[in-house]
Amino acid sequence: MLTRPTLLIIAGVVLVTALATASVLVGVAELDGFVLLASRLPRTVALVLTGAAMAVTGLIMQLLTHNRFVEPTTTGAGDAASFALLMLLLTNPGLPLPGKAAVATLGALVGVFGFLTLARRIPVRSSVLVPVVGIMYGGVIGAVTTFIAYRTELLQELLSWSIGDFSGIVRGRYEMLYLAAAAALVAWIAADRFTVAALGDDTARGLGLDSRGVLLLGVTIVAVVTGIVSVTTGLVPFLGLVVPNLVSRLIGDHMRRAVPLVALLGAALVLACDLVGRLVRFPFEIPISIVMGIVGGTVFLWLLLGPASRTGGATRSGNASKAGRATGTAARRAEAVGRRG
Amino acid sequence: MAEPTVTERGTRPAGGTTSHAPARRRVRFGGGARIGLLGALAAGAVALYLFHDLPERWQYPMDLRTRTVAAMLLVAVAVGVSTVLFQTITANRILTPGIMGFDAVFMAIQVFTVFALGPMVLLAAPPLVSWLVELVLMSGFVVALYWGLFLGRRLDLHVIVLAGLVLGTVFRSVTAFLQRLLDPDTFAIVQNLAFASFTSVDRTLLLPTALLVLAALASLWPIRRSLDVLSLGEAPAIGLGVEHRRVVMHVIVVVALMVGASTALVGPVMFFGLLVANVAYSVVGHRHSRALPAACLIGLIALVGGQWFLDRVLGFATELPVVIEFLGGVVFIVLVLTGRAR
Repeated sequence: MLTRPTLLIIAGVVLVTALATASVLVGVAELDGFVLLASRLPRTVALVLTGAAMAVTGLIMQLLTHNRFVEPTTTGAGDAASFALLMLLLTNPGLPLPGKAAVATLGALVGVFGFLTLARRIPVRSSVLVPVVGIMYGGVIGAVTTFIAYRTELLQELLSWSIGDFSGIVRGRYEMLYLAAAAALVAWIAADRFTVAALGDDTARGLGLDSRGVLLLGVTIVAVVTGIVSVTTGLVPFLGLVVPNLVSRLIGDHMRRAVPLVALLGAALVLACDLVGRLVRFPFEIPISIVMGIVGGTVFLWLLLGPASRTGGATRSGNASKAGRATGTAARRAEAVGRRG
Repeated sequence: MAEPTVTERGTRPAGGTTSHAPARRRVRFGGGARIGLLGALAAGAVALYLFHDLPERWQYPMDLRTRTVAAMLLVAVAVGVSTVLFQTITANRILTPGIMGFDAVFMAIQVFTVFALGPMVLLAAPPLVSWLVELVLMSGFVVALYWGLFLGRRLDLHVIVLAGLVLGTVFRSVTAFLQRLLDPDTFAIVQNLAFASFTSVDRTLLLPTALLVLAALASLWPIRRSLDVLSLGEAPAIGLGVEHRRVVMHVIVVVALMVGASTALVGPVMFFGLLVANVAYSVVGHRHSRALPAACLIGLIALVGGQWFLDRVLGFATELPVVIEFLGGVVFIVLVLTGRAR
């Protein structure tokens, strides 16, 4: 007898395979061996890797901050990576791609730690204020970056990091994404540690977990994925936000079980949005960031305002014992409602 | 303002003392004197911008500068008043029409009209008529959308802020999406709409915008006494005899029209209102008779003074909106961290 998560994973694999096949078949050029190997397959693989890795980083961020509504692009990680890349471009433009990725990773690392410091200082324990501060924090870094980029006429470069677009992906331009996917794999292996860390510092320490170490690991994974995706394809908004939330509604917050499904759904969503972007104005393309901004944003609004959110964590109560996060959110929401009272 | 939260004070004992100190100082300096001072500063900034560094052949630069100042004055009034009013009806200090994505919605609709009817709509119709029709349509849409999504039901304030931010992103994406679907010629026409610019405004729009802003202000006159009561929150306001629903609806329509007029004139300025309103509160307090003029004057000082400083002192011509974005974001984070964001 198959369990529900297993069934969902099988469904996810089928969905991703179907979408990937479609992604390989759609294009302007006649499909032959060269086009297949040089452009179509690289693009499809890049989509799958980016989707999976970014969705998983969203899940990690959410566990680390005990908050359902954060992800790398809403916590300043992407903006900090862009800032670091811009500084690199101004001082040492000739660095090869891996070097750029390393610098972007470093920038994202600093950005995420900055965000975590800020988030800890928010006086009102409201689960929604954390992402709001994150978005503003990213906006402030982004404004500084835009200002410098504008003055140095590098605005176009800046857009290529912050706006995801897979139209330029060919053989030799995407391979670093395997490293990002490997980072996501590490997250899967360490999943149980993240679940325990999400129970809170004291509980985690009581259970014998080095919670600072887990935090460092999590932030590093997030930074590596953000850095690599920034320099190869550009970041995709809302992906890390909606996918883990949807998965959590389906099977709950058990991270080790959630990671494969999050990765699959992330890949499927990115593949689907990229296909839409390619087909809407065939033979021209619309960058995936724009499509995802509409699709992901709408799904997020539904998550935030839709019927199920009314009951807060109650819809996930069946899985509450598996992780303290669901109940934590529910409690915070109840507290927020009470304060309004 | 309304509902002093015990939990907040409890977690942050320092906040109570710091927020009381300026209140005591405020009493010694009259609110009227402060507004007079702001007025003098604004006049000084305008004079500086107009006359500083004026070349020998002054006619053309003077014409250009007057137009810019006029646009800035209109934007300062529209954004200042709409933000203060919006914060009054939502009873908080961090929510602004800009953060709620009002201007993003306007942009999306503007591009959508071009997309649906073709670029000819911009050229064929008399500009004034299309401006007015667009403005009315956009305001109606914004009011309906936000009323339906947020104000008709009881939601936590922070949920509204987050949803507004996301809504703004969605509508900006829709704008970008539609722009990509346009042919290059039309794209070139609408591309300029997406960036805020004070130095290249459409001269024909200045007078109608001014009339609209004045009319909106005039419509507020009969309900002026309700505004201070309104900021106490819904239940106290109703208890004190204010027709809450009607007044709130009135205010939302005024806010939508003003944001629409300002966006049509110079483009979206997301954080400007937040910056201006909060500086105004800390200078003259929350009474509308003081806060509204103060917000407008501070807006004018910030825009004209900022443009003068960037333009003539630093030699940067067009980055004022970016600087406003930066300062607004910093103010927002500080407001949240010091616990004043309720």
